[in-house]
Amino acid sequence: MQIDQVLHALKTYEGPEIRIMEVCGTHTVAIMQGGLRSLLSDRITLVSGPGCPVCVTACAYIDRCIALAMTPGVKLYSFGDMMKIKGSTKSLSEAKASGAQVSFVYSPFDVLTAAEKEPDTMHVFAAVGFETTVPIYALLLQQAAEKGLKNIQLLTAIKTILPALETILSGTENDGTEKPIHGFIAPGHVSAIIGKNAYLDLARRYHRPFTVAGFSPEHIVAAVYQLLQQINSGRADVTNLYTGVVAENGNAKAQKAMSEVFEPGDALWRGIGTITNSSLYLNRTYAAYDAGSQNLGDEPSESALCRCRDVILGNIHPIDCPLFGTACTPAHAQGACMVSGEGACGIWYRFSPKKPGKDR
Amino acid sequence: MCVAVPGKITEIIGSIANVDFHGNTVRVQLGLVQATVGDYVLVHAGCAIEVMKSGQAEELLTLFDELDAIMAPEKNDAN
Amino acid sequence: MQGIFREVFYLYKVKGIAINMATITMAHGSGGSESAQLIEELFLKHIGNDLLNEKGDAAFLPGGGRLAFSTDSFVVDPVFFPGGDIGKLAVCGTVNDLLCTGATPRWLSAGFILEEGLPLADLEKIIISMKMAASEAGVIIACADTKVIEGKGGIYINTSGIGTLDTVDIRPSGGKPGDAVIVSGHLGDHHACILSQRMGIQNNIQSDCGLLTQILSAMRTENIVVHAMRDITRGGLATVLNELCASSDVFCEVAETAIPTSAVLRSFCDILGLDPLYMANEGKMLLFVGGADEKTALAALHNTNVGKNAVCIGYLKDNKATAPYSARVSIKTRLGGSRPLDALTGEGLPRIC
Repeated sequence: MQIDQVLHALKTYEGPEIRIMEVCGTHTVAIMQGGLRSLLSDRITLVSGPGCPVCVTACAYIDRCIALAMTPGVKLYSFGDMMKIKGSTKSLSEAKASGAQVSFVYSPFDVLTAAEKEPDTMHVFAAVGFETTVPIYALLLQQAAEKGLKNIQLLTAIKTILPALETILSGTENDGTEKPIHGFIAPGHVSAIIGKNAYLDLARRYHRPFTVAGFSPEHIVAAVYQLLQQINSGRADVTNLYTGVVAENGNAKAQKAMSEVFEPGDALWRGIGTITNSSLYLNRTYAAYDAGSQNLGDEPSESALCRCRDVILGNIHPIDCPLFGTACTPAHAQGACMVSGEGACGIWYRFSPKKPGKDR
Repeated sequence: MCVAVPGKITEIIGSIANVDFHGNTVRVQLGLVQATVGDYVLVHAGCAIEVMKSGQAEELLTLFDELDAIMAPEKNDAN
Repeated sequence: MQGIFREVFYLYKVKGIAINMATITMAHGSGGSESAQLIEELFLKHIGNDLLNEKGDAAFLPGGGRLAFSTDSFVVDPVFFPGGDIGKLAVCGTVNDLLCTGATPRWLSAGFILEEGLPLADLEKIIISMKMAASEAGVIIACADTKVIEGKGGIYINTSGIGTLDTVDIRPSGGKPGDAVIVSGHLGDHHACILSQRMGIQNNIQSDCGLLTQILSAMRTENIVVHAMRDITRGGLATVLNELCASSDVFCEVAETAIPTSAVLRSFCDILGLDPLYMANEGKMLLFVGGADEKTALAALHNTNVGKNAVCIGYLKDNKATAPYSARVSIKTRLGGSRPLDALTGEGLPRIC
């Protein structure tokens, strides 16, 4: 097959309407950046799922980050993604302007270096992410323990992908008001850690196909094509287009590190609610490295008109929400999806703040 | 949650590698993979999370071959 | 004030400033002997000229004719970076703003806010950079001011500039349907250079900080009328293109495959999750020229140092019916898709998502 054949097939598709969900914020960005929706037939809808760990993070987590950063003797570090997210009153960037000790880094290991250089300061990392990033936190703390460092901590807000997928799948099964998702583009780099076979159980129990894809536009259109074929022939296989990176059972070394440092627990997903065992927390051995990550859930009161839950679960597009682009913008976010530039609404807004005529 | 990019290991010192990305050199942790100088690794937030079979360009070239392989019914991955 | 300067100048002329050892202190801002010494031995030594040496309260400029007037402030950190420093930036930035209007830059003012602890040796390097850039641009720093505040050795500079105009001026509203949209060279280098220092990524990316005089000269030599022009600074190409299209009330579709970037820059962006279309530059121009002038304009730019990688990235259109979506600016992507290309919202920080 060539890319032209795949594109032609997708543009001219006239079969039953299908809805395909991608659950990774990076896939959402790639689809928008590539203008990929404009390449598809009207009968194929791409839906963004809850794959933005930053925007499903509770307000109370940001507030705790700010509180730590304002504490004398404490320095807080974060990925760039987190800096602009508002807690109940302000973001980390705004707190920095008021004197909070916070800076963004490329790698959590920069914090290890800082901790070694400044032994009298407590260095805390705002540890968000999915399974792609968790092994890095595990390795970081293993190294900290080996070096006997006591002035480094994590404030965790980790989410795991499979429980969120189950919530989406069981929702579409049990509640007939929600639109079905016929297939999933599985996140390429999460899958590098957890393996392609991690999706087998969900594929079997809910009879839905999954395709693991990378992040180039070619990967995504190939994945959509592959899922289309499966859906229309009634198959529900887990296939892998990213074999250069994703192995059947993932990265065993990374999984081992995760299991040595973390244990599962419940988490509140802003906009969805609590999902059982959808997070990872530091286990007893590493408890001293925890900056207070438990019980940081809260449900901020959002406008009754906010449709975040439907956006995160893939029932509507961001532009279908009555608040999108008017009452709800990144500067005045009403709900989780608009909170960051990586949530579904935030991404749509970034690429098209006004409701476009033809974009889907 | 998935911004990661492949680069080539040019030097290893202990458990840290210098990885080259088309002229950018980044210090990368190797604790999650088994890799040697010359390998391509997928790097996320300063840490190698997987050893790749080849660079990004080569990987894209084989993408549609892989699609063909998946599409052929007798080679489908079974549940 | 002038009298005091003369007095302290004679008193301290013999001693001089020990540049290698000293840093800026609050005393340098007090208006007394240390201030005078700083002015004489660092500022006037390097950027002195007939106007500045008068040490008057204002500079007298030869007048008459239409003028263009611009101002900008510079707060870059780190102040020294591959390809330049805050001094060079402060001169080039304001000169380039004047060039965009079609004016001939003539005079600059320079206001310095110096934090305690700034090494005098660094300050001298910065002043020398300003001198060299001003000399290359053919502008005179006609007046200057320094203030000292508490801090950690930082420096902030404001420059305001005056240029003279002939009959023709260039306004952001001058774009017309059919115009070729030209970018003068590789995007993102300044932003990437600064961020590389901060994020500990090693590469050979240099800031493109520099004067855009050659671009104007190239267009004038070929008698090409530039319809609109803006230097591509903060917010990147996407933002500046949206600004000019809005001012000109035109629409535009650009081609993703035509956007000029270097391989090392693209890879840098991949590592940090950045988009070159939103990254700042300090030596790049966006131009609208008549469609018929596209080839000549590009050939002329390719003969210059600063424009050797110039490309046409798209064309202006007259209404949204011919531009996909209701967006003012859209982009045709590599696979042939189309999507809006809006101005920057947010800060464009590195990301992992």
